[in-house]
Amino acid sequence: MTQLWDFSGGIHPAGNKNLSTTHPITKAGVPPMLVLPLQQHIGEPAEPCVAIGERVLKGQKVADVTGGMGVPVHAPTSGTIESISLQPVPHPSGMTDCCITLRPDGQDEWISLSPIASYREQDRETVLDLIREAGISGMGGAGFPTNIKLRPPRDRKVNTLILNGAECEPYITADDMAMREKADEILAGLRIMAWILRPERCVIAVEDNKPEAIEALRKAAEGTQTEIAVIPTKYPSGGEKQLIQILTGMEVPSGGIPADIGVMCQNVGTAIAVSAAIFRGEPLISRITTVTGRAVTSPGNFEVLVGTPIDYVLSRAGLDNETLHRLVLGGPMMGYTLETPAVPVVKTTNCVIAATEEELPDPAPEQPCIRCGACAEACPMELLPQQLFWYSKAGEYDKAEHLNLFDCIECGICSYVCPSSIPLVQYYRAAKGEIRVQQAEQLKADRARERFEARQARLEREQQEKEQRRKDRAKAAAEAQARKQAEAEEAEKSDGAAQPANDRAAKAAQVQEALARKKAKSGQSETAPGKTPAAPESESPPDIDALEKQLNQAVAKLNTMQSMLDDAKAENADNVEKLERAVTKNHDRVLRAEEALAEAQRTVNATEAQTTDS
Amino acid sequence: MALAQQSSPHARNARSTSQVMLWVILAALPGLLAQTLFFGWGNLINVVWCVAVALAAEAAILKLRKRPVMFFLKDNTAAVTGLLLGLSLPQFAPWWVSAVAVIAAIVLAKQLYGGLGSNPFNPAMVGYALVLISFPVAMTTNWAQPGLLWETAPGFGETLGMIASGQQTAVDAFTMATPLDEYKHKIVSHTATEVLAHPTFGEGIARGWEWINAAFLAGGLVLVGLKIITWHIPVSMLAGLALMSLAFGSNPDQYTPLSLHLLAGGTMLGAFFIATDPVSSASSHHGKLIYGACIGALTYLIRTWGAYPDAVAFSVLLMNFAVPFIDHYTPPRTYGHHKPRRGVPGKSQG
Amino acid sequence: MWMSILIAVVVLLALAVIFGGLLGYAAERFRVEGNPLVDQIDSLLPQTQCGQCGFPGCRPYAESIANGDAINKCPPGGETTIKALADLLDVEPQPLDAEHGVEQAKRVAVIREDECIGCTKCIQACPVDAILGAAKHMHTVIESECTGCDLCVEPCPVDCIDMVTVEPDTRAWTWTPPKSGVIATDRQGASA
Repeated sequence: MTQLWDFSGGIHPAGNKNLSTTHPITKAGVPPMLVLPLQQHIGEPAEPCVAIGERVLKGQKVADVTGGMGVPVHAPTSGTIESISLQPVPHPSGMTDCCITLRPDGQDEWISLSPIASYREQDRETVLDLIREAGISGMGGAGFPTNIKLRPPRDRKVNTLILNGAECEPYITADDMAMREKADEILAGLRIMAWILRPERCVIAVEDNKPEAIEALRKAAEGTQTEIAVIPTKYPSGGEKQLIQILTGMEVPSGGIPADIGVMCQNVGTAIAVSAAIFRGEPLISRITTVTGRAVTSPGNFEVLVGTPIDYVLSRAGLDNETLHRLVLGGPMMGYTLETPAVPVVKTTNCVIAATEEELPDPAPEQPCIRCGACAEACPMELLPQQLFWYSKAGEYDKAEHLNLFDCIECGICSYVCPSSIPLVQYYRAAKGEIRVQQAEQLKADRARERFEARQARLEREQQEKEQRRKDRAKAAAEAQARKQAEAEEAEKSDGAAQPANDRAAKAAQVQEALARKKAKSGQSETAPGKTPAAPESESPPDIDALEKQLNQAVAKLNTMQSMLDDAKAENADNVEKLERAVTKNHDRVLRAEEALAEAQRTVNATEAQTTDS
Repeated sequence: MALAQQSSPHARNARSTSQVMLWVILAALPGLLAQTLFFGWGNLINVVWCVAVALAAEAAILKLRKRPVMFFLKDNTAAVTGLLLGLSLPQFAPWWVSAVAVIAAIVLAKQLYGGLGSNPFNPAMVGYALVLISFPVAMTTNWAQPGLLWETAPGFGETLGMIASGQQTAVDAFTMATPLDEYKHKIVSHTATEVLAHPTFGEGIARGWEWINAAFLAGGLVLVGLKIITWHIPVSMLAGLALMSLAFGSNPDQYTPLSLHLLAGGTMLGAFFIATDPVSSASSHHGKLIYGACIGALTYLIRTWGAYPDAVAFSVLLMNFAVPFIDHYTPPRTYGHHKPRRGVPGKSQG
Repeated sequence: MWMSILIAVVVLLALAVIFGGLLGYAAERFRVEGNPLVDQIDSLLPQTQCGQCGFPGCRPYAESIANGDAINKCPPGGETTIKALADLLDVEPQPLDAEHGVEQAKRVAVIREDECIGCTKCIQACPVDAILGAAKHMHTVIESECTGCDLCVEPCPVDCIDMVTVEPDTRAWTWTPPKSGVIATDRQGASA
């Protein structure tokens, strides 16, 4: 029997898991259109490596990350690339992102695969590369590239490899069903990862509310050293940090990674994908997704091609549009709502909940915090949620950070238990986001200052060099003067006059000039909004001075450009064409400015006439 | 149809603030029943009157502060404040004493600090302490004589008449000093046996009071069982009181014995219903233990060497002062950290 | 009598020498270089170097603030910067001085490359060297370094530089704080 520890806090929400475990995993089939977001993992977005209109085969790489962290994206079936464009993606913001759209041709024709039967004869790096090339990123929800996770820092030895099958969130049964039906593949994937990491201990952790899965895993693990740890059902036992505490009694240091204490967690779904990538050579092009909730008539688990629109999957499960009130991607504790079901299933989509209003009712209005401490009592990270709430709400971010805001795992328990129905997690998320933005801005400002100072130093240096050259020349001239006095005098005079007095002062003057121009410009835009040359509609008289200035500027610019064009023509330079275009454009601008001025003068005259009349 | 948009979690626990407060009210009813059985109708009338005044005062102030009245009245917190005052005031306290206490509690101690959740002091105890200091006569002479409801106590009409008349002191025949008061003042010149001969002590420990305290203890245990309060504050408060009594007052011929401390005053009501007020008590487990133990110790100190026979209200208020200090030094240790992070950084000065 | 006066004088003198020495040593040992207040103010300014405040760069404005200038002349920093400066200097935050411009969404300069004639005027104007190019060759803006100061727009003879507002995407997106229903209406009601 595996020794287990407890973690502090936690809750026992209603499971609602039986909804989707009544029948085995079914294939969702090929939808009429597949949308493949280029970023389905943590890291840099992938770049398309196919052209629009190109025919691709099932399993062919369509996008890859060339620089930085990330994994490639593959075509889930054969077909033609319809477009590469911005499409709505599954993201809490409801925004669009760059996606490849694939129209399946119905042939489902595989690219030639190269499975490896005996991975043990390969180099470990080769196997890690194969995992990367198969596009595998963590399938538990975060989507961290698996090959990078499987390569911990050199000084960190992984002693314990944990396969996370806890699946503590209500409603979700994707891992449960996978463990029931694909226990052998999970064990095979675990063996590959264990071969890469060489841990002393391999554990598969399953909550005790999944007896069938435990039975299947025990059977598959017979005769191996893999432990099947049955852990008590308590949310969030499947959180990485909590699971490590349950199985090892150790805590991941704040700001560290599990490898710091010799532990690594992988999701059971990831193990299946690794097994498929090595033994069958297949990239990650489909996943098991739970479609559940009381607004679908036949909830269950589906094997869905990555890129399948969620409305297609929902229709397979018999969606009742009348009763659908809220569409949640992920679990009811940590998932996010979707504005539209027209987003694709991605590598991290483990669950879609189509909930009715009675099932997940709208929250009651927020009441004041009464410091009851229910949140602190239930917090699995032993934070002080009420203090964090006050500081986050008041924008006192340094205090929130001091109270370990960034240790919050956003599990949602504090909001769940709050009797005043305060959306605590949302306050923390907003505060975290704001702190990150501020940090990024500070970083950018610091870099801008460095660049500005470097530029100032360079200008000064150039100035000094110029000065030095001038002195040298003056010296040379003085020497020459000794030889040829009359000529020397003349030379010195012209030399001295040719030098600008002070380059820095000139620069400052330039800035001042720019400012003056700016002011003039802003003055203009006040009277003539949007730079439209038409007379302002407001009753205030148009600013004739500003318009005149504009005209003068435009004329001056035109003249400069005309002379530049003449020069270019004389030299037969290659930018004549561009300059000609620019001249025409400026010509138009002068005309517009003239018109505007004339119009303005007319208006002014008219108003003056009116005032004299009356 | 537009889909609902909301931040996670989407599932929520059903117990709201108003339900929590309703449970507190229900858990206090056995105590009220015991008070009525042993001391007559006084407490029941007080409770009804105090709750009514509390709701009216809360509504009036919310209206003045331009807050949604019904939204806040429905959270039941004003009702709980009224209830606690009704339970702790003397049975024959004149109506205006109760009203002053309740209005001070709701207006001064709660709403002027910003309403629910913002008050640093326990509102009910602010009201209680105010009338105890301002009207000492009315607060010490109006305790009913113990006796079963249907035997000796004045009838409902009579009680109502006494409270409504507004007289500072009630009819002498119906009143009697509380056991704590009696023991404290008599033990100076008498032996324990002589003191305990007084009818206020009855056959057991303290006539009537023992049952009232037992009823509040039972109600409190229900609240602990329902996880509405944690065990930390009641246990540490009772332990603090008991330890002080055992350490300094074990001789019954000199000091009030422990049995009377635990069962003769407002100890159980204070430990389970008053000191556990979440708004004004310490937040972490460690902090709660310190907070409760100090209330217990202070209660003993004031009862034994102070001027007042009972001291739960003063002890709770004194410890309310110390809550920010306790919270500062008792933050929990966060997962993945070696030590707890104390306090918060102060405002940086240029 | 004289002896005691002498002792007192000697003791006081000795104390004066000791403490004087200590203070002198401390002044040397812990001397602060430059004016740290200017550095602190400078670190709060957004470093766009745009000159909208009327000074040629952020640091000159920081120096001016340290000498008592108003803190509300920085449109790129906006409310946040004014609040941070007010906190630092312990003064009342003021609304942004509209004379110097209005707070805008973050922008970057983008050169329409087929129209660029390679005049290098924008390169000279850029305060943070964020424009790359050579004479008679196309120029381009290093987007990650551009502070959005728009000082390059005016000098361009062919007007091929656009200030483009940075659109938020999924990677830059953050959660917004909840809209508190009851409390918000309370605040409105209370202030009315």
